Amino acid sequence: MKDFLTAPAAAPGSAVIAKAGPLSRRGFLGAAGGLALVAMLPVRPSRAETAAKLVPGTRVPAFLEIRPDGSVHVLSPFVEGGQGIATGMAQTIGEELDVNPARFTVDCAPPGPDYAVVGGMRMTGGSFSTRSSYPLMRRLGATAREMLMRAAATRLDVAQDTLTTEDGQVLHAASGRSLGYGELAEAAFALEPAADVPLRDPATFRWIGKPVARLDMRDKSTGRAVYAIDQKLDGMLYAAVRHAEYFGTKPLSIRNEAQVRAMPGVHSVHLLEAAVAVCADSWWRARKAVETVQAEWSEPEAAGLDTVAKDFSSEGMLQALRDYDGETHPAETEGDAAAAFTGADKVIEAEYVAPYLAHGQLEPPSAMARFNADGTLELWLPNQAPEMFQGSAAAAAGLEPAQVRIHSPMLGGFFGRHFIYGPGNPYPQAIALAKATGMPVKVIWSREEEFLNDAVRPLSMSRFRAAIGADGLPAALEVRTIGEGPIGRYFGAMLQTPVDSSAVEGIVEKPYAIPNRAMVFGKRPHPVNIAFWRSVGHSMNDFFYESFLDEIADAGGQDPMALRRALLARSARHLALLDAVEELSGGWKRGPFEVDGRTRARGLAMASPFGSETATIAEASVEDGAVKVHDVWVAFDPGSVVNPAIVKKQVESAVALGLSAALYEEVVYEAGRRRDQNYDTYTILTRDDMPRVHVTILESGAPMGGVGEPGLPGVLPAVGNALAAATGQRPRRLPMKNLSFS
Amino acid sequence: MIPLTVNGTTHHVDVEPDTPLLFVLRDTLGMTGTKYGCGIAQCGACTVLVDGEAMRSCQFPVDAVGASQVTTIEAIEEDAVGARVVEAWVSVEAPQCGYCQSGQVMAATALLKAVPKPTDEDIADAMTNLCRCGTYNMIADAIRQAAG
Repeated sequence: MKDFLTAPAAAPGSAVIAKAGPLSRRGFLGAAGGLALVAMLPVRPSRAETAAKLVPGTRVPAFLEIRPDGSVHVLSPFVEGGQGIATGMAQTIGEELDVNPARFTVDCAPPGPDYAVVGGMRMTGGSFSTRSSYPLMRRLGATAREMLMRAAATRLDVAQDTLTTEDGQVLHAASGRSLGYGELAEAAFALEPAADVPLRDPATFRWIGKPVARLDMRDKSTGRAVYAIDQKLDGMLYAAVRHAEYFGTKPLSIRNEAQVRAMPGVHSVHLLEAAVAVCADSWWRARKAVETVQAEWSEPEAAGLDTVAKDFSSEGMLQALRDYDGETHPAETEGDAAAAFTGADKVIEAEYVAPYLAHGQLEPPSAMARFNADGTLELWLPNQAPEMFQGSAAAAAGLEPAQVRIHSPMLGGFFGRHFIYGPGNPYPQAIALAKATGMPVKVIWSREEEFLNDAVRPLSMSRFRAAIGADGLPAALEVRTIGEGPIGRYFGAMLQTPVDSSAVEGIVEKPYAIPNRAMVFGKRPHPVNIAFWRSVGHSMNDFFYESFLDEIADAGGQDPMALRRALLARSARHLALLDAVEELSGGWKRGPFEVDGRTRARGLAMASPFGSETATIAEASVEDGAVKVHDVWVAFDPGSVVNPAIVKKQVESAVALGLSAALYEEVVYEAGRRRDQNYDTYTILTRDDMPRVHVTILESGAPMGGVGEPGLPGVLPAVGNALAAATGQRPRRLPMKNLSFS
Repeated sequence: MIPLTVNGTTHHVDVEPDTPLLFVLRDTLGMTGTKYGCGIAQCGACTVLVDGEAMRSCQFPVDAVGASQVTTIEAIEEDAVGARVVEAWVSVEAPQCGYCQSGQVMAATALLKAVPKPTDEDIADAMTNLCRCGTYNMIADAIRQAAG
């Protein structure tokens, strides 16, 4: 753990963006709940010694400011990007502090060791925010309340145990006196915190577990919410960039610099690492100018990790995964699959494929950089991990991390977009341009630059093979997965195994009692910039697995619900989910059946992503050749919840993104370049395709799981399974828009 | 100098005539409530009202505004219908990340001005703005609530 914490971040621009020393993965995962993603994200405290002394999440003044009017300002370890974490933090802290969450404001804290609350690290991702910080933030609120009471006891000259609190007031019942938290905060927060302050009895919770109103709704409904792209500084230049046509090539010279410089508002023209840039007095002028730049570019390399060759295509990459004949490694082994196949009554096999995906968050990436007179650098940028960006920005600017101040405005969507992806982020450009011009610079990527340079969810391929027993149940399952995931790419040095968890999650650790299993993984790197994408490996692998499980059901003459129940007979938690989704959907019926003269069917899928459990049913039909999904029902068990209203909306949001990926999305490479540059051809889900979504939450009391991502993986296979039942055609390759259903 | 009336105030802006209204609002006038999403009138994040009608400002040249009145999200609560829409948005808790919601609120306001009691089909026809967080159902709920 210590080695990990002090691991250096690599310089931006390198393909492997972060290198780190060895980590006891087992030890860490045990503490953090069994997910690998978080284990892979290094923090880089400016002084490791400081971090060692400080216990993250405990120093009250680092988190809480109570203002004279009694309102509470929280510096949160997490960034708000739609998932509702700001409100959840206010509920959790407010419950123990005894202040109504409605009087909270929440901002993302600057870098600092206090905020390393995600298993000793800090990031907003992996669906980790609430589950990693919930006990700490409750304790923080309770500790702060005790300090306020202690300060009040001194001020009123009474014994502390004669005091109570009520919504931001300390009360002395005997004398009828009271003091507001705002009056006490300064003295209180200078006190030493007490250890082991008792927590509130959950039976008396007023805000935790309740659908408390979100804090950010009015600002987001009136245009007052301020995102990174909205930031402004006096004397700032706007910059627009145009990247190399082929990933990994460099601009060598600009033929028409004088002409570009003469355009209205243009300040300067620049050659950057992988782009040309124009600085101007408005972004539109910068953009118009950069689009007239005629540059000479280096030739693309034939192949490599940092470079996309001229003949590269996503179809060719898929073929390379199919043709892979290198080493494979066991990802999950149980029983003796080979023997089970030898004696099998029936064997089925299938290949499943999922494409590269863009994040497509509505806010285009930006970064604003300013060098201050004292030599420090300030950066305003969308990010999911301030300390990582601080370290990387410091390296880019030739500064110490302590000299870099990171501002983390709320995110206009993220879905995994705002980690460090080398040349996939604009902040190195903002730093270079601020340095070159001596002025504050805000770089905004146009939507086209974003679609061409976003780091992508990896294209994936797995081959499935099952032996079906005489009882119609699967006797053995083999899966061969070839490819590469973002954890292997960026944090491979930390993996204690050649198996990339982010490439196989959703294929391994499924709950089904299949006696003989042999899952293997072979690494075939992608010559493109790859990324985390909402639910990471689960985003394709649960589609593969749960679709193939329906193929197994069909081959064995089983109903898909009955088969899952049989394979989960010993798991009360999963059976409860199946009961819940069955009830929510009005009873299981696979179909096909007729509604308004059209054939529909329902599909079922389960997933176990990020510590949570889901069961999903989708009802779908094909109308005039196009897939129509009518309803999606999700039973969702994250163990326990802080805000059920937010959780339901996160699940609905995940359904939308999952359906978008199921039906439409793919980043296609042809001749070394990405085909689609904007939403006109990179189709994402519109209102026309949005199904009714029904969510029920089960609080099984299991350890708290994630919320933001887990609603997604079950949607794709539920839709696929419904379509297979409705049409007899099995979708095995995403997106489904490319399939012709009859 | 091009005259431009936004939220009842007339400005004279020194920009090229073909500059999209969006970037005049954001960069020249400093009104960043209206969002840049795609620049090709696909996503609707930049929606404003031009004489009460929803318009995608990223493809609307500033010199085409002429004497028309531009209303942006910054002034939406000064409009009776707009204020109702905002209250419904807050009450339903329609936004998630919120980035598209300025445009959604403007499009909804334009719809309710034209069709005070919209059917589901009216909502589908008018509300073509993209939302990556998938708040489409919540937005429709909010519109129905605002319609009363």
